[in-house]
Amino acid sequence: MKRVESELITNVEELLEDKKIGFFMGYENGSLPLRTSPCFVKEKEDVQRLVWNCFCTNNLSVYLVSLIPELPAGTKVGILCKGCDSRSLVNLIVEKQLKREDVLIMGISCSGMINIDKLTGNLDGGRILEVEENEEEVILKLDTGEQRFSRKDSLYESCKNCTHPTPSVYDILIRVGEHAPKSVCPDPMIAKFRQKERLERWQIFERELSRCVRCYACRNACPNCYCKECFAEQTKPRWFGLSNELSDVLFYHLVRILHQAGRCVDCGACVRACPEKVDLRLFTRMLVDEVKERFDYEPGLSPNDSHLLGVFSTDDTQEFMVEVD
Amino acid sequence: MKEFQPKIVVFCCNWCSYAGADLAGVSRLQIDPNFRIIRTMCSGRIEPEFVLSAFEKGADGVMITGCHPGDCHYISGNYKTLRRYHFMKVLLEELGIDTRRIGLKFISAGEGIEFQNTVNSFVEQVRILGPSNGAYKE
Repeated sequence: MKRVESELITNVEELLEDKKIGFFMGYENGSLPLRTSPCFVKEKEDVQRLVWNCFCTNNLSVYLVSLIPELPAGTKVGILCKGCDSRSLVNLIVEKQLKREDVLIMGISCSGMINIDKLTGNLDGGRILEVEENEEEVILKLDTGEQRFSRKDSLYESCKNCTHPTPSVYDILIRVGEHAPKSVCPDPMIAKFRQKERLERWQIFERELSRCVRCYACRNACPNCYCKECFAEQTKPRWFGLSNELSDVLFYHLVRILHQAGRCVDCGACVRACPEKVDLRLFTRMLVDEVKERFDYEPGLSPNDSHLLGVFSTDDTQEFMVEVD
Repeated sequence: MKEFQPKIVVFCCNWCSYAGADLAGVSRLQIDPNFRIIRTMCSGRIEPEFVLSAFEKGADGVMITGCHPGDCHYISGNYKTLRRYHFMKVLLEELGIDTRRIGLKFISAGEGIEFQNTVNSFVEQVRILGPSNGAYKE
């Protein structure tokens, strides 16, 4: 990891020196152990703040749409992109929210992000002093001793089933290691869910959403949600009430999921942002699989793609028409 | 006991199916009076919010009607509805909601009888399913 970090820092330093980019978006250590926060580097002196480890979870492309119009014209933004981040970014280009030439993508072939809860949930107590990681393990050094966690078991669900760990589009690529795509479609978790009885599926849906407090963190963390006025906050008409009633919560979530159809890249940012740990991915991943199976399309792979819902084919399925006897 | 009278919301596009409904009217075709028409300029205008909001406000069934493929006044609006609506149906079905309450049909301006038959059979189908109780649950 130290090699990757130093490669990253030298690259950014060079880019800033040659004035190829106005500033760079990456990660720095957060104020708590095991946490990172987004870091915006403008000056060469600040480059040393950048880090790369298995906790760099934020999808940085979420900032681009609001940020770029505020910059002086012609400023190029450097951005550190994992596989999923780059697909989000490409999707923004496809939806004409960004121009390819406005960003310089520093790709990093990612080996999956570690779910902090899976680590801290299994701690024997003690304060975390230092973290080390290698290909197989994450090692936490506590004041009471050392604890090792298998990397494979501690990954986020979305990372376990990542379709493209290497960025789909990049200007510079930093390799962490070679990773073959390991995704199975449909996701085994979703396939299992689909086999359940109708009532049971509904109960799972209801149970998950009953925890939702409607903070809209899932929307704010999502690069796809860039609308200036979200349907959730529209008042003319107001689509649903502001209460925690199930029907209001349901309305928000159903529409949010439907707005993601054909656009969601399954980066898992919404799940990580959720303070109540609602399994939002269960619902969006279902549509991702459907898009793949039915239309053989994966969003975010090429900036020249057309938006799935913006085009049509005369062979589109019509199997759900009202039948007249 | 009095028979259950479902409330059906029918979204009609301005150019084909609204005119089709109009034709059914002037031809004096008998249609169950359980439906209310909402006219939109194109079936592509119908967002998922519209359909869900109808259910939330107490509709027992929602039907979307538009021009036949190739006939859209805006060239391809109805094809886009087709895809969008497909995802809606899949999602609701997967979450355990009975999607027989939602229907889609292409009806042209000349098909008054088609409009009559479609609405009648849809009303009948929803009548068998019973009231939706304003929830998304079956």
